[in-house]
Amino acid sequence: MEVDEKTIAVLEEKAWHLREKIIRMIGAAGSGHPGGSLSAVEIVTALYFHLMNHDPKNPDWPERDRFVLCKGHAAPVLYAALAEAGYFDPSELDGLRKFGSILQGHPDRKKTPGVEVSTGSLGQGLSIANGIALAGKLDGSDWRVFALLGDGEIQEGQVWEAAMTAAHRSLDNLVAYVDNNNLQIDGDIRNVKGLDNIPARWEAFGWHVQEIDGHDLAAIIEATEKALATKGKPSVIVCRTVKGKGVSFMENQAGWHGKAPNKEQVAEALKQLAQRRDG
Amino acid sequence: MAKGDMIATREAYGKALVSLAEEYKDLVVLDADLSGSTKTAAFAEKYPERFFEMGIAEQDMLGTAAGLAAAGKKPFASTFAIFASGRAWEQVRNSIAYAQFNVKIAATHAGVTVGEDGASHQAIEDIALMRVIPGMTVVIPADAVETEQAVKALLEYDGPAYLRLGRSKVPVVMDDDYQFQLGKAATMREGDAVTIIACGIMVDAALTAAEELAGEGISARVLNMSTIKPLDEEAVLKAAKETRAIVTCEEHSIIGGLGSAVAECVVKSYPVPMRFVGVKDRFGQSGSPAELVKEYGLTAGDIVRAVKEVLAAK
Ligand SMILES: Cc1ncc(C[n+]2csc(CCOP(=O)(O)OP(=O)(O)O)c2C)c(N)n1
Ligand SMILES: [Mg+2]
Repeated sequence: MEVDEKTIAVLEEKAWHLREKIIRMIGAAGSGHPGGSLSAVEIVTALYFHLMNHDPKNPDWPERDRFVLCKGHAAPVLYAALAEAGYFDPSELDGLRKFGSILQGHPDRKKTPGVEVSTGSLGQGLSIANGIALAGKLDGSDWRVFALLGDGEIQEGQVWEAAMTAAHRSLDNLVAYVDNNNLQIDGDIRNVKGLDNIPARWEAFGWHVQEIDGHDLAAIIEATEKALATKGKPSVIVCRTVKGKGVSFMENQAGWHGKAPNKEQVAEALKQLAQRRDG
Repeated sequence: MAKGDMIATREAYGKALVSLAEEYKDLVVLDADLSGSTKTAAFAEKYPERFFEMGIAEQDMLGTAAGLAAAGKKPFASTFAIFASGRAWEQVRNSIAYAQFNVKIAATHAGVTVGEDGASHQAIEDIALMRVIPGMTVVIPADAVETEQAVKALLEYDGPAYLRLGRSKVPVVMDDDYQFQLGKAATMREGDAVTIIACGIMVDAALTAAEELAGEGISARVLNMSTIKPLDEEAVLKAAKETRAIVTCEEHSIIGGLGSAVAECVVKSYPVPMRFVGVKDRFGQSGSPAELVKEYGLTAGDIVRAVKEVLAAK
């Protein structure tokens, strides 16, 4: 189904708000992961503001769709979406990573309304998402499970154990996204561990695979709808993204994986984001 | 089941799963290509839709169990103790315990009585590895009677737990009317000169030792500490105060297990001389269970010797 322009315009506005929040909260925290948060903004925006059935006033609503942020270090993008959606007061974002905050450095389901599972240790999330999807199947539920993985993260062996499980169990109520920004901490994923042909790898494991521009909201929505319409197989959407997307000095820079911008850099980043929105 | 019957605790676990399946509709079971050995196969056969064969992928199995729990199921995940506690330790810590998911890890083939498979398959570190995780409950039944009750108690309990089970047949030591209580030690025998605190297969050895000691005029109390965590500190301190000497016995390394848990408790509140019967910082090896308990100092005779030592230090 074609996504109309008005919908996209609303979502683009949301994505802008998420980016702004990410920069502000990591700046205020003085530490955190901007690069992989910014690359995932469109994926998370499409999920929380268009694709997922959920109720911010009732985070435990049994019929809700579930989202698992496997790449837990991108917590700021999730927190920004949850605040924007109304799970908690946006003023909580100022507390990111601070003592006593509901917003831990990595997602903690016990502390943050709307966080389904606690993540941060890479490679574990997809198995958990599978378990949730299996329970949904067992109960004949209609809700779906969405999981977001990093491209470096898929170097973890457990991801491929989970990939086998999802295919073997025909988890067509599960959609995984790989944030394919081509960078991990130590550099290009292809130099670190020869990680290329990501779509072919998933295909070999029995998944329905699509490859899209991960900053194209309409493409994300269309691919997700196609994924959900695919029966008998789990689906993965490999999203070509730019790490640090939206802030020129962060884009494609491995150095901005886990570093907070200082005051001037926050100001410059916000200026750039505003320019992009307005022009 | 009558006292003295020889039944492996893994056997009792498998039966308990089947017998509880109707009452607990949310009970689901996972296994990692060992269902014949862990005894989950009977459940798999009777309730195939509630059984998840995960293949040789223990980390994935425990993560999947976490997800099932996230969606309200009550998963029991089984494999050998070395793989559940070792291979998948960080999944147990981060995916399950940190998130406080209601996952029960039922690990069989713990300790040296695995026997012939040898050291690679003999978990002697798992109690330490599991009890160090915040919020983790650790239970080690002494026999089939206790196992059956522990499985039910853990189904009723909402939170992560590790259930340590054995491969070899062990005698039933509990009376028919025994009532397992999570977090409570059972006094198996009264005594006032020394307390032997044991868990798992060592409870039977402790009772044999106490009998032998009685013949020499030494009155030994025997506690079955089937819940290692949370530890029944009340029972430990009572034993420390009333008998003023403690010997702990476990089919596990003397580092980090039951003995350490008891020592941590005693030292802070009422220090008394202690001795530790357990594996002395070495790996296991192939052999028959009987040969191995002898080699690793896990017999009633070893307990008797430890009691005499601790009494000399009293
Ligand atoms: C198991 C594990 N090992 C190492 C880390 C440390 N770490 C955090 S982020 C990261 C790189 C992640 O790269 P990628 O998955 O590509 O994430 P993105 O580029 O989307 O930020 C690493 C190694 C971790 N969190 N978990
Ligand atoms: Mg990356």
